[in-house]
Amino acid sequence: MSATTTQKIDPKGVTLWERHYPGPDLISTRTFGFWLYMLTDAMVYAALFASLGVLSHVVNLAGGPPPAAIIDPVYAYGETITLFLSVLAYGYSMVALKSGSRGGVIGAMLVSMLLGVVFLGIAATDIGHLFSRGIIPETSGFLSIFFTILIYHALHILVGIVWMLVMIAQIARDGFTANVVYRLINLRLFWHFQAVIWVFVFTFVYLQGMVA
Amino acid sequence: MLVHLQGPWTPLLGRLTLQQIPYQNPILLGTFIFVAILGVIILVATTRYGKWGYVWREWLTTVDHKKIGIMYCLVGLVMLFRGFIDALMIRTQQAIAVGPKSPGFLGAVHGYLTPFHVGQIFTAHGLIMIVFAATPLLVGIMNIIVPLQIGARDMAYPYLNALGLWLTTAGAALVMLSLFIGNFAHGGWYGFVPYFELPYSPGVGVDYWLWAFQLSVLGTTLGSINLIATIVKMRAPGMTWMRMPIFTWASLSANLIALTSFPVLMVALALLGMDRYLGTHFYTAGMGGNLMLYNDLFWVWGHPEVYFLILPAFGMMSEIIPTFSEKTLFGYATMVIASFAIGGVSWGVWLHHFFTMAAAPSVNSFYSVSTMLVGIPTGVKVFNWIFTMYRGRVRYELPMMWALLALFLLLVGGMTGMMNAFASSDYMWHNGVFVVAHFHMMVLLIAASVFGAVEYWFPKVFGFKLEQKWGKWFFWFMVLGTGWVFVPMFILGIAGMTRRLDYIPYTQWAPYLHVMLVGMAFYVVAVGFFVAHLYVSLRDREKNRVGADAWGTTRNLEWMTHSPVPAYNFAFIPHVNARDEWAWRKEHGLAELHAGDYEDIHMPKNTGVPLFLGIFSMGLAFALVWRIWWLALLCLALIVALIIIRSFDRDTDTTIPAQEVDRVERAARDGVTENGPASDLLGDPVVATSSIRSESGGMGGKSSAAQPAWAPMDR
Ligand SMILES: [Cu+2]
Repeated sequence: MSATTTQKIDPKGVTLWERHYPGPDLISTRTFGFWLYMLTDAMVYAALFASLGVLSHVVNLAGGPPPAAIIDPVYAYGETITLFLSVLAYGYSMVALKSGSRGGVIGAMLVSMLLGVVFLGIAATDIGHLFSRGIIPETSGFLSIFFTILIYHALHILVGIVWMLVMIAQIARDGFTANVVYRLINLRLFWHFQAVIWVFVFTFVYLQGMVA
Repeated sequence: MLVHLQGPWTPLLGRLTLQQIPYQNPILLGTFIFVAILGVIILVATTRYGKWGYVWREWLTTVDHKKIGIMYCLVGLVMLFRGFIDALMIRTQQAIAVGPKSPGFLGAVHGYLTPFHVGQIFTAHGLIMIVFAATPLLVGIMNIIVPLQIGARDMAYPYLNALGLWLTTAGAALVMLSLFIGNFAHGGWYGFVPYFELPYSPGVGVDYWLWAFQLSVLGTTLGSINLIATIVKMRAPGMTWMRMPIFTWASLSANLIALTSFPVLMVALALLGMDRYLGTHFYTAGMGGNLMLYNDLFWVWGHPEVYFLILPAFGMMSEIIPTFSEKTLFGYATMVIASFAIGGVSWGVWLHHFFTMAAAPSVNSFYSVSTMLVGIPTGVKVFNWIFTMYRGRVRYELPMMWALLALFLLLVGGMTGMMNAFASSDYMWHNGVFVVAHFHMMVLLIAASVFGAVEYWFPKVFGFKLEQKWGKWFFWFMVLGTGWVFVPMFILGIAGMTRRLDYIPYTQWAPYLHVMLVGMAFYVVAVGFFVAHLYVSLRDREKNRVGADAWGTTRNLEWMTHSPVPAYNFAFIPHVNARDEWAWRKEHGLAELHAGDYEDIHMPKNTGVPLFLGIFSMGLAFALVWRIWWLALLCLALIVALIIIRSFDRDTDTTIPAQEVDRVERAARDGVTENGPASDLLGDPVVATSSIRSESGGMGGKSSAAQPAWAPMDR
């Protein structure tokens, strides 16, 4: 636009500056960012599941055992139950957060954490059992991706357990400050996401492996 | 579980021995001496002038998005220079090593570099230019400009922002370290599998490549989360989606690409790492590995990555062209749609990187057509820029010249890209230098946009303009070099010359290779002019001081605040009333109005934690390269501990009191306050801030200081 088209606007009729602008809300910004982070993790899982699809061909067994021969659905069933109960317990922790009860949040989180430890115990037993039979990631391309998905998921559970420990300490020390609250919300997202991913692991690694 | 390695290994130093330091290679020895002297000079100078406190407080621990952006650009610039030296060595080697009678020097049969050394240079050049030069430069500029354009005080995650910088820097440092301790990968920058597997590449070169790459990937992924969260959540009130500046839109679409594609690369590299360290069989030639899995995972990232780099470059062009055409951008909405269309299409075309790897004709046809589809939104953009200039008052200042060069390179690169997109013609020149010349057009387009953007936004960040004369010499020698190097390369590509050659068998190619050498000489001269350009600009900076609106015809929010930008960006967050808010205010006579009494401003506090996380990550990567397990475990433990300890820190914010805001604002307007002179980012006092083009409505300079403070109604 050239300068000749300029017309004056009455400054009193428009808002030009935001006085007392509080800035964006901390909790909503931080939870939004964490959603983005979970999206990157979802992409990692997507790439791993795509690799599982590629490496599930019979040539990728390289003479090693096929999935149906090594999968024990009892372990996977136990893992599913404990993980979903743990998510439920975390849900009660969020209910307690709404009523502002420190004891309620910490108590429910301890239950959730213990169930996470049980999950890890079952996963370790399952994997250790396979290892003791000589079924290890080095055996074949298929077993490489099989164990990678299981262990990557288990690592997330471990991170979640450590995170819960940290949050219990922070709730005890600080109460429900904005920092603590957004972390609790993010941890909920993280923990629920692991359960969602477990559904995929159960479907594509265990169920599909059984019928393949 | 760990792979048993052949060769010596000790618990304390892993594979590291004194023989790994290549002191017998005169080229590397010379480089090492040069780097060592440079390092000592910098350390001694910092100590002598007592600047350690300043460097620590103002730079190493900063969480200010502008300073982090400047450091990103510095890393990019250093690595750009390193990558250029690699290019120089490739071109000189090829020009010497033509024909069976060509001589050999320094132990090479032909030319002066052994094939092993040439392989490392090719690999390093590719990886550095894309991952450690272009990416940091673009991320740095986005980091500086996006928060300013959307009227924010900082990024959504200032601490994460610093972490991204230091992770990228750690990766770059690791690449540089591989020059002097051990060696680098020598099989091409994207890692041929199974050649990059342990049995075929048992040295540390691939491990250096792997961990440096992985560190930068981590840094860029975190950065993309930060930029998207910033754009979505931190926009000033009134900035609706359709009022967002086009560079911000371009950054958003680019970072959405990064957010979704970089994790896939992380997996591709991690699986290769497991093959090398844990003996798994993801990509091995036997034992059930699938080597095409690597190619698919890699290029599922690799092609979108191209658009992660090019979309911000398009965004820069879209800011520069309207400013220097003195017109609003033509076709704003189509520009936004085109950016996202390019981002979307980029995801469905990766297979064109291996048209010749025995895919079915139907598959090749699909990827051929989908690749050509990219031409439609890109064409929309080109026409929009041309229509923006049409009937505008085009001023050929340096940023505009770079933008026009970028436009020209886009046409050349785009047309040759279409030629590559035909699977049938790709069969002819696959793995040849035609493809190399094509993607150099695209990468040079990015470089031209970055140089244009630096010229354009430099006065905003530093408070003075770069001088024009040496800058124009730099520009024209870059043009000459580009023509002289890449036109012959296109011809050689069609003649059948393949990539990555250390020795050229056909003597009839010699003339073209020698013409390319002339082009490299032009580039060398251009680098000289670039240094002169920077030196003269720094020396004469007092003459080139500018006010807020450095170019007089700028359009977006970032030009409303002072140059250089204060730590808090805006004393008052602006309310956005129009798409080109600043242009709108200038047109309607509102540019000179200020908001009145200042208020306290909350800002994040500096922290050294991201720097230490970067250092420990580098230690972890180095330990993994040399398989020093105790050091790797120690660094990992330190990283985890530091993250947890930092999360307990309650003292992460600080407040800038209203009087301080008042002092800084007065100083920026008047130059001097009762508390002493204002200072710019280089620590110099600002003595005169007169807008160069204040007649066209700049708000800098003494004229605006004379205006009475004016407070709008609260609403
Ligand atoms: Cu591509």
